[in-house]
Amino acid sequence: MKLFFHIGRYFLMIKYTFTKFTKWNVLKKLIVQEIDDLIIGSIWIVAFMSFLVGGVVAIQTALNIESPFLPGNLIGFATRQSVILEFAPTLISIIMAGKVGSFITSSIGTMRVTEQIDALEVMGVNSFNYLIFPKIISLMLYPFLITLAMFLGILGGYVASVYAGFSTSFDFIQGIQLDFKVFHVIYAYIKTTLFAFILATIPSYHGFFMKGGALEVGKASNISFVWTSIVIIIINFVVTQLLLA
Amino acid sequence: MIKVEEISKSFDGIEILKEISTVFDKGKTNLIIGQSGSGKTVLMKCLLGLLEVDRGNIYFDNEKFDKENISAVANLRKEVGTVFQGSALFDSMTVLENIIFPMKMFSNTTDEEMLIRAQEVINRVDLKDADNKYPSEISGGMKKRVAIARAIVLNPKYLFCDEPNSGLDPKTAIIIDKLIQEITIEYNITTIINTHDMNSVMEIGDKIIFLVQGEKVWEGNNKQILKTNNKLVNDFVYSSELLRKVGKLGG
Ligand SMILES: Nc1ncnc2c1ncn2[C@@H]1O[C@H](COP(=O)(O)OP(=O)(O)O)[C@@H](O)[C@H]1O
Ligand SMILES: [Mg+2]
Repeated sequence: MKLFFHIGRYFLMIKYTFTKFTKWNVLKKLIVQEIDDLIIGSIWIVAFMSFLVGGVVAIQTALNIESPFLPGNLIGFATRQSVILEFAPTLISIIMAGKVGSFITSSIGTMRVTEQIDALEVMGVNSFNYLIFPKIISLMLYPFLITLAMFLGILGGYVASVYAGFSTSFDFIQGIQLDFKVFHVIYAYIKTTLFAFILATIPSYHGFFMKGGALEVGKASNISFVWTSIVIIIINFVVTQLLLA
Repeated sequence: MIKVEEISKSFDGIEILKEISTVFDKGKTNLIIGQSGSGKTVLMKCLLGLLEVDRGNIYFDNEKFDKENISAVANLRKEVGTVFQGSALFDSMTVLENIIFPMKMFSNTTDEEMLIRAQEVINRVDLKDADNKYPSEISGGMKKRVAIARAIVLNPKYLFCDEPNSGLDPKTAIIIDKLIQEITIEYNITTIINTHDMNSVMEIGDKIIFLVQGEKVWEGNNKQILKTNNKLVNDFVYSSELLRKVGKLGG
């Protein structure tokens, strides 16, 4: 089975990533660079997407529950739940699989086809640690991005429903505070952290082990996006089953 | 000196290298020649330990290359410089950072000493006004110079160059060949060069091994190569129209 081969090689890659460390003062600079590329470079798209999606969630909830018997704070409540539990962690991570994931695959893949990885190896550098470890560490800041997404998603919902007249500001804010469970937030951050690890490692795997030339780099980015998304969805399902069901 | 004993290498059941044995001499430019696809790069990557051989032994100055002996491999790595076919410069670093990189990773010298050493090799390879440029901003010939500078910055005992003049115009190609040869003699390095270029063969072929489909079919130097009766060598040598004419003139 080809799949088992890939899974085995993926875990070996993870193992090598955490052995034979690069000098700390070199690694430090790489981590800063990755934070800039992967986290800072994603702030705008995350902010934009989550604000609008939050707005859409609120409006759709409002349209579906236009019944005088339902309490006015329901829109705020439903928006908060959807954004924190699903839209911010999962949907944004799928988008990041496209943005950050294909960036990682194509940058590592390009280094592979232009023999830059071979160059590292013959110098005696552990290329797994040198290239992948800084990405994993910088993506440990990913929960901050998702926090931003949660905040802006709810804000988007607020703006959309209040300004479009689906809810009053008072009702919406009351809805946000209604029946707040800390465990839901913990659940969301557990997912987010797992997704961050997936976002760093699966695209790295596809870049690292690709063969061919420039055309194949494009194909590898494509396949990497598909697999990263699939794994995120599967993990989402499993974690939800384990923690919420 | 690097000695190779009957090394073989297969990919997916197809034998790419077939029991190759030879010796690459110190202080000489040793050439591995052959057509595209004959196995030159695979042979070089086996010597570099980037690919694992299926059978056979490799000795670096009588010390057997043993993949299992991690510390020996690590020490050997520091004595090897490599110039890859496309130069393999790190795109994200400037020329100067590329050259300093091996020192930064493996020596405990100060930043100042690193800069001095970098300047030495930059002067040695005659690289002008490129320090702060990125690889994408310099010409192919310059890239090779940077790659050579990076390869020699830690004073290697062994230098590997995979088609160092591919993609260069003939004039630049000869300059780069000559540069590698001078450095080899100057620092008494064991240099191995892959090439399919007859100009290089004639200019710097101190020692030549000729591969056909992964098999070593001839070995000699640039004086012997024009005189041999080996049909395969003759086909390769005289596939260049110019040399065929010169060959005929010379009788
Ligand atoms: N990693 C690999 N997997 C499978 N086949 C390979 C691999 N690397 C090289 N080959 C095959 O080995 C043969 C020799 O290739 P190579 O050493 O690159 O030739 P060249 O003499 O042009 O450098 C080619 O047929 C190539 O397709
Ligand atoms: Mg080659």
